[in-house]
Amino acid sequence: MSAILSVKDIHTFIGQFHILEGVSAEVRTGEITVLLGRNGAGKTTTLRSIMGLNPPKHGQILFEGKPIQGKTPYAIAQMGIGYVPEHRAIFKGLSVRENLHLAERAKGDFARKADFIFELFPDLKRLIDLSGGNLSGGQQQMLAVARALVPDNRLLLIDEPSEGLAPVIIEQLMAAIQRLSSTVSVLLVEQNFRVASKLAQRYVIIDEGHSPLSGLMADLVTDSALIQKYLGVA
Amino acid sequence: MAANRSSLLATALLLAGLVGVAAYNAPTPGQFGITLLSGLFQGMLLFLVASGLSIVFGLMDVLNLAQGSYFMIGMYVAYDAQHAGGVIELTGAIPDPNLRFVVALLMATAVGAGLGYALERGLLRPLYSRPIFQLVLTFGISLVALELVKFIWSTTPYSWTELFGVRESVFEVFGQRFSTYRLFVVAMGVALIIGIALILQRTRIGIIIRAGVEDREMVQALGINVRSVFTLVFTLGCAVAAFGGAIAAPFLGASTSQGSAFLLQAIAVVVLGGMGSYAGTAVGSVVVGLAVAVAQDAAIGTSFAVLPSIAPMLLLVLILLIRPSGLFGNSR
Repeated sequence: MSAILSVKDIHTFIGQFHILEGVSAEVRTGEITVLLGRNGAGKTTTLRSIMGLNPPKHGQILFEGKPIQGKTPYAIAQMGIGYVPEHRAIFKGLSVRENLHLAERAKGDFARKADFIFELFPDLKRLIDLSGGNLSGGQQQMLAVARALVPDNRLLLIDEPSEGLAPVIIEQLMAAIQRLSSTVSVLLVEQNFRVASKLAQRYVIIDEGHSPLSGLMADLVTDSALIQKYLGVA
Repeated sequence: MAANRSSLLATALLLAGLVGVAAYNAPTPGQFGITLLSGLFQGMLLFLVASGLSIVFGLMDVLNLAQGSYFMIGMYVAYDAQHAGGVIELTGAIPDPNLRFVVALLMATAVGAGLGYALERGLLRPLYSRPIFQLVLTFGISLVALELVKFIWSTTPYSWTELFGVRESVFEVFGQRFSTYRLFVVAMGVALIIGIALILQRTRIGIIIRAGVEDREMVQALGINVRSVFTLVFTLGCAVAAFGGAIAAPFLGASTSQGSAFLLQAIAVVVLGGMGSYAGTAVGSVVVGLAVAVAQDAAIGTSFAVLPSIAPMLLLVLILLIRPSGLFGNSR
């Protein structure tokens, strides 16, 4: 299978700080790849670099074979990349419906996708006229993922979806991500290794701004020494 | 935009207080009516300057210190278009003063829009990552605009002499004669308050603006070109301010001091209404307008002639002491 996204040796600075010192990663079409690593390793910055929110100074990012580094965030999004940031970034003053409509890139996007979205997240249908600020954390996360599904995105970047959510909710959410991955490729950041290992086919380890290791998830789960070394969990 | 109960309560108390003082000071019901109408008149003009200031600040984090200049330019363009002589000569082409006033309004609004577009596109755009530079830039622009106006129209203030239908007519309530023109301006202001609110609530561009006030970055990440929305909002904000100047001119004339006077009051409105809140700006305009009218009444016959001009800032200080994020602000 071909790579829908390949990140090649990117270096990203935030202010004067050299956060990414050469990160490479690949997402194959139709797969879920997870970025693993400790807090502050550079996982979020990697996603933000791809999205153009913290543009890399050096290196190359190819989406469907075309370079996207140096483009503006909106141009990158328009190419077909959906972003579900850390802490969800739901518009709290907008209703659920307005949040979803805002994500349209062509008129009627939401109408076309509504059935699929409500099948994945039935709760949202009931909450459609509530304002984003009145949703629970789990509902906000579902809305954030749903929002990324409104336009015809071919890749989703999802940052820490399970953060701060109850186990039951995490399960629902992960089931939804599993299902949507049949239609769209995913690059996921997930601290919860147990959750990540069930979901993803491939992993990339991010450690202190580098990406020392990547491969098949099936190989990683059996290597407890490696997991201990980079993730601090056994 | 959520108006919670304490915002509404604080606003109601404030308005009741101002109306109460106005009633107490007024010798006759007619005089009381004049104070109210002149407060609303002042408030609506303020809203036309403050709405652009507030939405631009909320969306773009730019405090446009040139906003008052657009108001002033609107005044001069409308005055010049309406009257014989000057730069714009329309008296021959459009002899009907009513029609000429409509054209004058449109011209002033168009000039405001054009200059707003030029400022955003040409000068502000390179400075979005430098907030201090933006302040200095817009302040500098306001000085340049002032000198240009003096150069084109001289420093002598103009008072409006060319009367037309609605400007001349009066109506009578409680044996007191009121100018219909004030009522006309209040009606225009209310129409714009509602119109802009509908745009913000019902249209896609309005949803983008409200979302952008909350989180610009996420709006971009959804594939929306926020920069082009900035240009549109900034242009419209300047156009509305110039329109405000134009409809104020038949009453206030055209003078170089009006720009900074309205800018200062508008800043007070935006802050006391709550930064980034449209409802706060609308309510704040009425509150400050009424406060100025009440202060004008109270200052008559006393040595506090300065009271009307410091009233907005006094009110601002008072409100911020009680509600640090303004009437409708949420601490962000």
